Amino acid sequence: MIKRKIINNIVLVLSTLSALIGLFFLFWILWTLISKGLDAMSMKIFIYDTAPPGREESGLRNAIVGQLILVGVASAIGIPLGILAGTYLSEYGKNSKFANFIRDISDIMMSAPSIVIGAFVYAILVAPVGHFNGWAGAAALAIMMVPIVLRTTDDMLNLVPQQLREAAYALGAPKYKVIIQIVYRGAKVGVITGVLLSIARIAGETAPLLFTSFNNNFFTTNLNEAMPSLTVTMFNFATSPYEDWINLGWAAAFILGVFVLSVNILGRLIIKKRKVK
Amino acid sequence: MQKIVDKSFEYLSKLSALLVLVVLVTIFWVLFEEAKPAIEAFGVEFLTNSKWAPNLEIFGGAPAIFGSVVSTFLAMIIATPIAIGIAIFLTEIAFEKLKTPIGTAIEMLAAIPSIIYGMWGLFYFAPIIRDWFGGNGLGLLTAGIVLSIMILPFMAAITRDSMNTTPDILKESAYALGATKWDVIKDVVIPYAKAGIIGSIILALGRAIGETMAVTFVMGNVHKIPDSIVNAATSIPVTLANEFTEADGDLYYASLFYLALILFVISFVVIATAKFYFLRKIRKER
Repeated sequence: MIKRKIINNIVLVLSTLSALIGLFFLFWILWTLISKGLDAMSMKIFIYDTAPPGREESGLRNAIVGQLILVGVASAIGIPLGILAGTYLSEYGKNSKFANFIRDISDIMMSAPSIVIGAFVYAILVAPVGHFNGWAGAAALAIMMVPIVLRTTDDMLNLVPQQLREAAYALGAPKYKVIIQIVYRGAKVGVITGVLLSIARIAGETAPLLFTSFNNNFFTTNLNEAMPSLTVTMFNFATSPYEDWINLGWAAAFILGVFVLSVNILGRLIIKKRKVK
Repeated sequence: MQKIVDKSFEYLSKLSALLVLVVLVTIFWVLFEEAKPAIEAFGVEFLTNSKWAPNLEIFGGAPAIFGSVVSTFLAMIIATPIAIGIAIFLTEIAFEKLKTPIGTAIEMLAAIPSIIYGMWGLFYFAPIIRDWFGGNGLGLLTAGIVLSIMILPFMAAITRDSMNTTPDILKESAYALGATKWDVIKDVVIPYAKAGIIGSIILALGRAIGETMAVTFVMGNVHKIPDSIVNAATSIPVTLANEFTEADGDLYYASLFYLALILFVISFVVIATAKFYFLRKIRKER
């Protein structure tokens, strides 16, 4: 009896310790990010482009703009495709074999190594063209985005009560109108949250960009050229031996980290609020 | 007219859904086509040959495969007990009020981009490993630990969810018979959630083996099978990340695609096993 109690207490202590370990690393990483990042932040980062080491006028303007363009184009391709596909699964496919099969496939695609997606896009969009380009980077990100948007759209549309659809049908509305005007409206907040989270997710991706959009030390808005991004710049700068580059790398990490974490927290708050209702 | 719009909307959405499948199949096909010269030149021996000499046009995947397997293995043995511990803490121990904030905080670990883990690992964690265990701080051990921190939140979240599916009545009956908390966890919760726990372990393994940026910073990137886990090594994603843009020869390029194909097949099998075999139940109950 006593032995059981002792073992019980040991396990409870170990479990609590595990949670503390997890929290410890979270706060350690966050603290590193904030202290190193805030030190390195200044207005220069938003005014100047990346420059050779040692240069005073050195910033991240081109990388930030490049990142926005890449993520923007990827979203413009990925979000509508993901929402349409999710709509099919929830409104037409339901629990058919085909719909479940696509659900499984997108679960696999969601966890596929992002570097492999980069290699794939390199083979189809970079090698044939002969040079790195922004379109390839955006395409790689879009491929990662579609399954995420698809799954959340599917889930969110499913939450819309069946009676709403039936009421609209009873008024003689065709199916596409019911979906667009009733179902989408009912699921709007959830779908938007899913979309936000998917944007946060691809914004932090580096591996698929390494050999698709590559990098560029110049300001460009031309998607046919190699395009700088915050993440690839971070990678190049942080692994360099120059202190000012490493500091810029931390500034980039800070900007990225703040963006990704705040979108995640925002998403959680919205979803939680909806559940309470 | 409305009928046409109605039908086209349906087909358009069906086409989008089909696209996911098309992309998956195309990835396999393209990787295979690009890897073909290397597959023809080296065959299956590529998996066991440990010589990687781009200047001699000799390529063997063994060091990269070895590094992937060992770093993933290390990550798994470190992360699994801690993740289960966290899940137990979150389902059985924590006060109701603490469950959500602590759970959310740990899930935040999963949201941090992997490149930030890499930078933190390189500048803050690798020096600690160097001082404690020797070597120069970059190598399999550091990579394994950084990976374990990355996969921890996934495993903990899925394990928690599957533990949460245990019906309260089962737990209450056990308590009524005089069981301690650990008795209930060991004899009721864990057996009930077993499939989900195994699924989460396999899924985390799939993530760890394909993880690139966090590992690229701390692996050291040396194409040799190291004699100690504190020494520099490489892995499949690290090799791809570091060498893809440098590959000049056709065979070099094809060998990298061969590695990419191997990685894709491994992760496909791993993820599919976890999803279809073990995690079915949790998903249905959600």
